[in-house]
Amino acid sequence: MSESTAPSAAGGGRRPFFRRRKSCPFKGAKAPKIDYKDTRLLQRYTSERGKIVPSRITSVSAKNQRALAKAIKRARFLALIPYVVK
Amino acid sequence: MYIAPLHDSLPDQQVWLCPPADWPQRDEKSQREIDKLAYYECVFIARQDISATQVEELTEAFSKIITDQGGTVVLVENWGLRSLAYRIKKNRKGHYVMLHLDAPSNAIHEMERQMGIAENVLRQLTIKLDKFPEGPSVMMRANTRDDRPRRPFGGDSRPPRQDRPAPKPEEKAAAPVEPAVAETKEGESA
Repeated sequence: MSESTAPSAAGGGRRPFFRRRKSCPFKGAKAPKIDYKDTRLLQRYTSERGKIVPSRITSVSAKNQRALAKAIKRARFLALIPYVVK
Repeated sequence: MYIAPLHDSLPDQQVWLCPPADWPQRDEKSQREIDKLAYYECVFIARQDISATQVEELTEAFSKIITDQGGTVVLVENWGLRSLAYRIKKNRKGHYVMLHLDAPSNAIHEMERQMGIAENVLRQLTIKLDKFPEGPSVMMRANTRDDRPRRPFGGDSRPPRQDRPAPKPEEKAAAPVEPAVAETKEGESA
């Protein structure tokens, strides 16, 4: 989708750091299920400080990002993953 | 203008002692809604100091609350003593127990209330599920599955290694990590 929105008129060509957008990692039949118990999966979407990584970096779809955020918050509540890493 | 009350326009009330034979059968889902049954997943953390048998006693006590009020305990999973990610009431570790419950909401409320009162329970989380997931949860198969973390970005774009011979077929069967890469390696060596 972002291929069509890439501003090609500005530089008269492709932007130097344009990278084709990856699809959502939770899309498809073999994709992992978002589960608050799966700490290893959730930790992939949290920063080293323990913050939730924005979807523009991880290319998670908006719907799945909401589910992911909820799962991360549940896992934090049960002390499976930390709220903050000092 | 006179607006007739609703009962004026209705025929005489029939009293049915039992539903008529041609009454449409309720499907399972709506019958569950009438019975106020739902699927729940409950995880609670017990204090570190108590023994494993005490944890089982706690689990049985909570299961009894559910079964007394017409619910069923579908699955009990003991995750054992795990270290907490942060301290809760000065505890660094806790016994984790997960329950899958098929129960009415008042049973769940009563169980949650009792968990709040119990001093040995540090924390509990109960969530409603659409259906129970099949098989053991991630916690129970954490050691058996392929735990290698994926390379975060562009993992598959790494070119195949040149300094190693192609993996043997039995090695590939033992650890089928990235079959796509393995195939390209074979293709180059052949």
